[in-house]
Amino acid sequence: MTVSSPKTRQPVEKTAGRRRALALLKSRPSLIGSLITFAAVILIGLVLPSLAPQNPYDMTSYSVMDNLLPPGSQSFDGTTFWLGTDPQGRDMVSAILYGMRISLIVGLLSTAAAMIIGVCVGLTAAVFGGLVETLLMRLVDFILGFPSILVALVLLTVLGRGVDKVILAIIMVQWAHYARIMRSSALTELRKEYVEAARNLGYSKLRIMFRHIMPNSLSAVLVVCTIQVASAITLEATLSFLGVGVPVTHPSLGLLVASGFDYLLSGEYWISFYPGIALVFLVFTPNLVGDRLRRSLDPK
Amino acid sequence: MFLYSLQRLLQSLAVLLAVSVVVFLAVYAIGNPVDLLISPEATQQERADAIIRMGLDRPVWAQYGTFLWGAFHGDMGTSFVHGEPALRLILSRLPATLELVVFALTLASMIGIPIGLWVGLNDTTRWARAVMTGSILGYSLPSFWKGMMLIMLFAVVLHWLPASGRGDTVTLLGIPFSFLTTDGLRHMTMPVINLAIPQTAMLIRLTAAGAAEAGRQDYVRFARAKGVRRKRIVNRHILRNILLPIVTVVGVEFGTLIAFSTITETVYAWPGMGKLLISSVYHLDRPVVVAYVMLITFIFITVNLVVDLTYAALDPRVKLSESMS
Amino acid sequence: MTRQTSKSKPVLEIENLCTVFHAEDGAWPAINGLSLTLQAGEVLGLVGESGSGKSVAGFSVMGLIDHPGEIVSGSVRLKGRDLREMSEEELRRIRGSEMAMIFQDPLTTLNPVLTIGEQMAETIFEHRSDISKATINDRCVELLRKVGITSPAARLEQYPHELSGGMRQRIAIAIALLNNPDLIIADEPTTALDVTIQGQIIAEMQALQAESGTALIWITHDLAVVSELADRVAVMYAGDIVEQGTTDEILDDPRHPYTIGLLASVPGDAIPGEPLHQISGMAPSLAARPAGCSFHPRCERASDLCREKDPAPTSDGNGRMWRCHHPVQASPATDGEAER
Repeated sequence: MTVSSPKTRQPVEKTAGRRRALALLKSRPSLIGSLITFAAVILIGLVLPSLAPQNPYDMTSYSVMDNLLPPGSQSFDGTTFWLGTDPQGRDMVSAILYGMRISLIVGLLSTAAAMIIGVCVGLTAAVFGGLVETLLMRLVDFILGFPSILVALVLLTVLGRGVDKVILAIIMVQWAHYARIMRSSALTELRKEYVEAARNLGYSKLRIMFRHIMPNSLSAVLVVCTIQVASAITLEATLSFLGVGVPVTHPSLGLLVASGFDYLLSGEYWISFYPGIALVFLVFTPNLVGDRLRRSLDPK
Repeated sequence: MFLYSLQRLLQSLAVLLAVSVVVFLAVYAIGNPVDLLISPEATQQERADAIIRMGLDRPVWAQYGTFLWGAFHGDMGTSFVHGEPALRLILSRLPATLELVVFALTLASMIGIPIGLWVGLNDTTRWARAVMTGSILGYSLPSFWKGMMLIMLFAVVLHWLPASGRGDTVTLLGIPFSFLTTDGLRHMTMPVINLAIPQTAMLIRLTAAGAAEAGRQDYVRFARAKGVRRKRIVNRHILRNILLPIVTVVGVEFGTLIAFSTITETVYAWPGMGKLLISSVYHLDRPVVVAYVMLITFIFITVNLVVDLTYAALDPRVKLSESMS
Repeated sequence: MTRQTSKSKPVLEIENLCTVFHAEDGAWPAINGLSLTLQAGEVLGLVGESGSGKSVAGFSVMGLIDHPGEIVSGSVRLKGRDLREMSEEELRRIRGSEMAMIFQDPLTTLNPVLTIGEQMAETIFEHRSDISKATINDRCVELLRKVGITSPAARLEQYPHELSGGMRQRIAIAIALLNNPDLIIADEPTTALDVTIQGQIIAEMQALQAESGTALIWITHDLAVVSELADRVAVMYAGDIVEQGTTDEILDDPRHPYTIGLLASVPGDAIPGEPLHQISGMAPSLAARPAGCSFHPRCERASDLCREKDPAPTSDGNGRMWRCHHPVQASPATDGEAER
């Protein structure tokens, strides 16, 4: 099998692809802008919590005496709470940074897992066809036929609460999106000549799937991926807000917003407002990247 | 057309059946059915009796048969929390939810379609691009937070609108409605806006994409070459081509919106079935959750069926493929 | 074919027309100083390779150039009135009534979701509000019959997809004729059709044109079509007309090397067994038009002069024009054959 024509061994022209990608980036300043912002948001969410002024999980690091202080106030020991404090007296800046980390981790992990599952399912359906394809795609249609929030709510009713369960629920909601896009993209690739050539050379289906078809379908999957990161983060935040998502021991942004709900009417807006802003950033930037990416890949 | 309708009807029934299997397995096989169907306060003897009476000692497929038979007769068990038949409980909350959803969808269509049309027909201008980027923000705002910010703005800061509840209602045909009283309308405003914002953003994008696509077609250029006025080109040639897909999406979104109203209803303490669902999930009131899922699946399927059949009836191109197949 | 030449009043006068397409790196000229005059009832074949700008020329006359395209200079006069001076509304009133256009692909020209009847009727009532529905209907039926469509009344109720490509192109022709225009621009209307239907449509078009007396610009890449149909031929290359004359003059006595190349590559004239003549190279893209004569890189006769200076038009004062520093001298057509 190692003796093969060099022409068909590498259907993906790596250098050409890279050059194309570079040219694409150069011609799309708004795509670069959105990518940089997204990278910055991820970096902030994953790195900054360790630099946060306070550890919101550490009961000794904050005092109830400081509760519900408006933004810019100082605590009795002189530290400034730039975004105020929550009902327990925690610094909002620290709480938001830690919350962002949880939201990001849940969003990225579940998206990655959903992508792997979905891509495999979509590839399998496209390459094997027949009954396998029909059954898998019926399942995909079935899941996508319902709003994600509903499916997740039902799953959490059955599974119970917890970070792992939220991630599981998001994966179960999202894999179908990847399966659908992967299948349609793979079907297009399958009709191309290089796949025919690889088949004639007697390559196994598995090899054709992963070495030949998948790399060429990645751009389509990537667009779905960015949008799904945003929707995963929204879903986690929403479930947590509704009180069926992550437990209170893991104060994600959704929980933070929820914890400020009761104080909103009495004017202590900052508890809900600022975590929400952080959440909007987490959701808006990947959506923006997805939109720009789609426009760059499919210019019309 | 008849054959097509029959085919779609059978498909719908299959989906409904599939959902019932999934829900049954999820709730009855993964969860403990005894906890589900028997009050937690029951004694040991009562539990044993109930297990036999309800046939929980029988094989799973037989139990599923019983479940399906019950569901078919509108019996979805009794709510633990409210002590009422689950389905009746949900149906009593349905009108409040429908009221929000119908108003939100109407509002979103009235704003989203014209703006989308304008954006699509001027898609190279800076303003159109700004609207398109803005629409991304429109659907990126998490519904619960957006709802709270509306409360902050309109209820706390401006004191214009009440923050929660349904307000005064008028009973029509035995069903209470809010939109017939001024107070009710004031209570509805924020939840409706909150539900409508992402839908508006979605409709803008959808309409804009369709209009831009249609505007590039040869038939539009040909209509211009015929000397047709721009107004007529937009209203007949472009809108006629994109309206059908838009109406389809709006129809399908009707179902989605019912599901998403759970969040909005929770934020605004709107007594609809979404709020009921959340509290049922929270209290693990599984019969209510099951009944909700079955009901919403039914609504979904019905809406999709109606939309598909309408599409087939309205699009001249579908008729052809029908007669040819 | 009747020849109404110089004595009658011109229907269309294009002078020094420039249409550019804006791109990120500048504006590229698709039409480069084109001038053309068309007499009433005259049939002109506008011939060129794809990319020569012939379709853009047609759309420029109709005022249907959209962003990123733009007509930057020159004038287009229809019966003496300058179309470029007109407001969009004035132009609209003229489109479809005094000048009409037929597009290349009949499958995409008609709106798929509107009935044939509506698409025909609107061509009338958007120009005249004083006509009754019944009159409009009669007129539509009359024209459908004229273009050879069977059971025309029933067709009005049908949608485009229910009809074949040839039928749809006939309907487009009927639409163009509805308001008895003075000028019809047909942009390769038979290219997308089967060969047998092509012949039918060309024959019908000829008859209809003779009957209505409408001036016709037939845009095509196919010299064979032109020879059947046109009174005069204008050959376009790289956004400008390089040679113009009566059909006989162009076919029998071409002056421009490009015209000769085009004629030689028509399969019908080729000697069986001999390789078909090709014009070497490709038509230059908008961005890569050479300095001097735009044809020089592909021209066997090119000299240093051609590389530096764009040739000015040479006219024989009788409607014959060519644009070449080294024209093939007046010679019988057989000499052109012998040359290669």
